[in-house]
Amino acid sequence: MTRTLPVSDAGSTRPNAVPAKAGTSRRGLAEQLPAETLVGWLRDMMLIREFEVRTMQAYQDKKIGGFCHVYIGQEAVAVGCTAAAAPTDPMVTAYRDHGHALARGMDPRHCMAEMFGRIGGCAKGKGGSMHMFDKAHHLYGGHGIVGAQTPLGAGLAFATKYWDEVVNGGRSRSVTLCFLGDGALNQGAFHEAMNLAGLMNLPVIYVVENNGYSMGTAIGRGTTMAHDLSVKAAAYGIEAVVVDGMDVLAVYDGMKPLVDWCREECRPAFVDMRTYRYKGHSMSDPRKYRTRDEEERFESEDPIDRLVGHLERRKALDKESLAELNRDVKQQVRDSVKWAEASPPPPIEELFTDVYVDEWGPYRGTSLPEMLREDAGDAGSGKQ
Amino acid sequence: MANLTLVQAINLALVQEMEKDDRVILLGEDVGLNGGVFRVTEGLHKRFGGNRVVDTPLAESGIIGTSIGLAMNGLRPVPEIQFEGFLGPAYDQLCSHAARMRSRTRSAFTVPLTVRVPVGGGIHAPELHSDSPEAIYAHTPGIKVVMPASPYDAKGLLIASIRDPDPVIFFEPKRIYRAFREDVPEDEYTIPIGKARVVCEGEEMTMVSWGASVVQCMQAIEASNRSIELIDLRTIFPMDIDTVTASVKKTGRVVIVHEAPKTAGFGAEIATRITEECFLHLEAPPQRVTGFDTTMPYYKLELEYMPDAQRIAKAIEETAAY
Ligand SMILES: Cc1ncc(C[n+]2csc(CCOP(=O)(O)OP(=O)(O)O)c2C)c(N)n1
Ligand SMILES: [Mg+2]
Repeated sequence: MTRTLPVSDAGSTRPNAVPAKAGTSRRGLAEQLPAETLVGWLRDMMLIREFEVRTMQAYQDKKIGGFCHVYIGQEAVAVGCTAAAAPTDPMVTAYRDHGHALARGMDPRHCMAEMFGRIGGCAKGKGGSMHMFDKAHHLYGGHGIVGAQTPLGAGLAFATKYWDEVVNGGRSRSVTLCFLGDGALNQGAFHEAMNLAGLMNLPVIYVVENNGYSMGTAIGRGTTMAHDLSVKAAAYGIEAVVVDGMDVLAVYDGMKPLVDWCREECRPAFVDMRTYRYKGHSMSDPRKYRTRDEEERFESEDPIDRLVGHLERRKALDKESLAELNRDVKQQVRDSVKWAEASPPPPIEELFTDVYVDEWGPYRGTSLPEMLREDAGDAGSGKQ
Repeated sequence: MANLTLVQAINLALVQEMEKDDRVILLGEDVGLNGGVFRVTEGLHKRFGGNRVVDTPLAESGIIGTSIGLAMNGLRPVPEIQFEGFLGPAYDQLCSHAARMRSRTRSAFTVPLTVRVPVGGGIHAPELHSDSPEAIYAHTPGIKVVMPASPYDAKGLLIASIRDPDPVIFFEPKRIYRAFREDVPEDEYTIPIGKARVVCEGEEMTMVSWGASVVQCMQAIEASNRSIELIDLRTIFPMDIDTVTASVKKTGRVVIVHEAPKTAGFGAEIATRITEECFLHLEAPPQRVTGFDTTMPYYKLELEYMPDAQRIAKAIEETAAY
């Protein structure tokens, strides 16, 4: 480790207030990809949709506890962004995270089992809906505090840059994708993260999944300059682009050049990704703050329908193969529910593990914390 | 009299204080048009308008910091933080500023602020939506910490908190928001901050608790067929140690029950004070039934985490047999 970190003098060598032109959206980029690739995206989006439909059912049947935020309507964002990035690029998001996990390749069984609170879940069933972590797929969560993931995104990017440039003496090669909701724009943590990323030239892209609402608060009631979020990024010397998040081809066309630019230039970027959540904020939301008209307007530009239309026009998809895809994802999701149901709940000793490096944290014991053993006098009930 | 849930009692307290005093305003995420995540402020926006029931951006540090400014300049803000886990972003404003303003300005400026926060587990929520951080704030000089365990107390304590000249964190145990109803006077009344309630009298043993755990204690006491005196602390800080020690001097035995982790939980403070002040009266060491020193788990393990009637019963028998 001999080289000094280039970020330390970033301010003097690269004027932050005048960003180099970020990769601009290149219409038609996605269309040039092989049809199989686009069919793969379609399948991913259909899988997420079906997964979320079954999630809602399971929640209503009280098989899922806690809070549950589904991704229906926003599928093109996670799928298109994942396609534009490398599989090893770090990704981090908030609590509306099932779509990102599935798009990144998490086994739907592990995702479903997590929500069912079963040991087979990606967080041992100890976290729930907001806790999608997948180290193998470079997914760093799943975080429940709004905005808290944004400085983490800066840190993940700082780390890849550090490994590449300082430790290995090469060029920065990774791009971190940090997703956030429009409500997170108002958290102090987000502004601290943007400033840091701009100042230190961190290769991170902040993708705002702008679905127009933060719980019941329409974006214009919660943030300034809602009609032009790019000015928020401009304040930190960060390039901003607007992308149609209801069309996966547009997502790819917008994101691919941006990811490439970010990787090449080792600079941050900001995306105002226009999307819509079809369902309520969580499962208990009567949606009184918006009109059915508005919902129908967005549902009529459904991202899945749009991709199907595109593939049909290209003659890359017929009714039969679409039906087969449908059957296929339904089967996969049914299987994930079954698998989740068969997975046992975490045993009581899991209450104590994973808090510290020592298996039982501050508690004593060998095979079990002392307190859970029948002969121990402490408060543990020992029941399972 | 009206037969109200805890949520309704709080709503009523807010309505009455707002009607009486123009200085009282509410602010928070979705507290206005939407009536709050737990619907505690339902109907208030319609009644008092957007100038007094203010929907804020999603920004806890901003909400509490702004409330401090409002309070220093003559208002009586009652901000809502949606869940206790979201106090994190507001911690600096609460503990570095609200708590210290009186001391920092040698009483020239005060912060008559009441932060309403749903608290605790038992509703199948994940971590950060189930915690019991009362000891953290009790450990912060300058802040008062209140936690009602019944609709009647909730109304009287909230009105007292709003009228209190110092910052109060008013924790609302979400598990009992709608769990039971109680007769609540329609007229306004206050319950003094810093005064415990003897829920039931007894001779054999004292039990001290607060918040939703009080309900568990009542169940355990009923099942035990023993004469147990239950004290609901009602205010965590300043704590009513006199009521506790008077009881322990009578019974000689004490069990303390809370949902928060054991180590450095508020039960530790109570046990120490009892040892200091009732040492020669004690027939058994003070015992605690608490959550564990781990992160609050998701719902399959949640009930294992929280003290239940069974665990309390075990502590009762051990303390009685000591
Ligand atoms: C610090 C913090 N405050 C409040 C909440 C409660 N909460 C959860 S999601 C949410 C709205 C977030 O909206 P947005 O960022 O737009 O994301 P979306 O739900 O639209 O995906 C709120 C207020 C929270 N989880 N964390
Ligand atoms: Mg949103």
